[in-house]
Amino acid sequence: MAGRTVIETRGLTKRYGSQVAVDHLDLTVEEGEIFGFLGPNGAGKTTTLLMLVGLTEPSAGQARVLGWDPRRDPIRVKREVGYLQENMGFYRDMKSREMLRFIGELNGIPAREADRRIEAALELVALAGDADKTIGNYSRGMRQRLGLAEILLRDPKIVFLDEPTLGLDPEGANRIIELIDRMCRDKGMTVLLSSHDLYKVQRICHRVGIMAQGKMVVEARTSELAAGGGSMALEDLYLEYFQEERS
Amino acid sequence: MSGLKPILRKELSDHFSSYRFIILFALIAMVSFLMAYMAGLKIREDLEGEVKPAFVFLMLFTSSGIGFPLVQFVALFGPLIGLILGFDSINREWNEGTLSKLLAQPIYRDAVINGKFLSGVLLVTVMMLSIILAVTGLGLYTVGVVPGLEELNRILIYLFVSVIYISFWLGVAILFSILFRSITTSALASLACWIFFSFLVPLAASALANSSSPLPGEPNSAYVVRVARLQSTLSLVSPMKLYSDSTAAIVDPLRRTTAELVQVGMLERISLSRFAGPLSLHQSLLLTIPYIVLLVGIMAIFFAVSYIVFMRREIRSL
Repeated sequence: MAGRTVIETRGLTKRYGSQVAVDHLDLTVEEGEIFGFLGPNGAGKTTTLLMLVGLTEPSAGQARVLGWDPRRDPIRVKREVGYLQENMGFYRDMKSREMLRFIGELNGIPAREADRRIEAALELVALAGDADKTIGNYSRGMRQRLGLAEILLRDPKIVFLDEPTLGLDPEGANRIIELIDRMCRDKGMTVLLSSHDLYKVQRICHRVGIMAQGKMVVEARTSELAAGGGSMALEDLYLEYFQEERS
Repeated sequence: MSGLKPILRKELSDHFSSYRFIILFALIAMVSFLMAYMAGLKIREDLEGEVKPAFVFLMLFTSSGIGFPLVQFVALFGPLIGLILGFDSINREWNEGTLSKLLAQPIYRDAVINGKFLSGVLLVTVMMLSIILAVTGLGLYTVGVVPGLEELNRILIYLFVSVIYISFWLGVAILFSILFRSITTSALASLACWIFFSFLVPLAASALANSSSPLPGEPNSAYVVRVARLQSTLSLVSPMKLYSDSTAAIVDPLRRTTAELVQVGMLERISLSRFAGPLSLHQSLLLTIPYIVLLVGIMAIFFAVSYIVFMRREIRSL
């Protein structure tokens, strides 16, 4: 898949005081790709995503999303990017259909079109039966699926998913992973997905990058890795790096 | 103004369906209803056999049946409306993680804070307007007065100034809800601010004025006037005083000055009015416009500070 480049960073850096969260990150993601951003907690994955969506200002370096600079044109970038944050918040007293309508309004989707898309999205994430319950009563897995419904409703070109499987049981996590895979294949979305859990996500990723202490330490195609021994190879890379870090 | 409309609509519907608003509104409405009713009864009693003076309608707001008049009640407790509507507006969303979700949508960041402030202002307007309408109805019932055109104009100006005054406190509460992440802290901080400016500053002003002027050997009128002047200047630090001064001459056309050296009772006021005609609306406005401008100014300043702090906040900490 030699698509055009949709996300590109050059020397992207973010410092919080003396602490460096992201350290001269160079990253390229092509259209239609699922890129897995792996690494331990605190490696700078979330910060990178925040900078790419224009919610945090980089300290140095460049970022381009579909050719737009998220710092200069955050609205343009946000229009094309769906961002599912880690531990995402919901209005607990709202019903999920109401909340999706609100999101639709914020995105300027005409009411009738929004309603049509909401029904389709709820159907796809298997929440249609619970759409009139308040979100406060949802389980974690249901909330995560609601987050995906929100993205389906907005129908962006690029999706950032921050730890989408965090805190889910294996079945729930599998469901989310399959939904993401489907979204990418059916709609041609580009997905940038962060996780500290290698095993859950590597199956659907075309390419993975392992990040640690703000730096990208390994970047590889999963197909190439598979040729050299399948998932074991990636696991070795992952573990190898962390052992290095520990010693 | 991308995103302002949906946020405004959501905030309004949240407020109207919240218990907090319903309880607050019921409480305010009950108290003001009672006060206006008692004031009405008292006016009827006082005016028994007298010729009805001009501006009886406005007296419903300015004369006290029990305790103190309605105008003073709004000056004292109106701020609570603003504080209660605003103290958790930003930090609640922050704590629940919905703020960064909102900001990840293609909307301008200021739409969030503008929507929150505007919805509060609209709500305050609705509250004050319905109180005034209720009092008007009560006035018809108890005293049988129909407000004239000038009285209506005065009441509209009063409404405007009151909304500004309460919105100022709303701005204060929103600022605290941006500054403090904990809802309890922001509630306490806004309450402390209210108590300080509404209760402590007037007291401190009198203490300061008294202590700064050396007591003459024999008390004389020049001394009393000097101290009173100093005191009223110092107490302008309190928005409550600012508000009372800006509304006093508006709702009471018989007042020719904002200074209140001598407390005048209702009957004296009526007898005074036989000799001194009431001020025209134009004159009353001239008297109070500096105070109104100041009030609008501090409201704008507080909102601007909240706005700047909010726009500069690092999202990571949101």
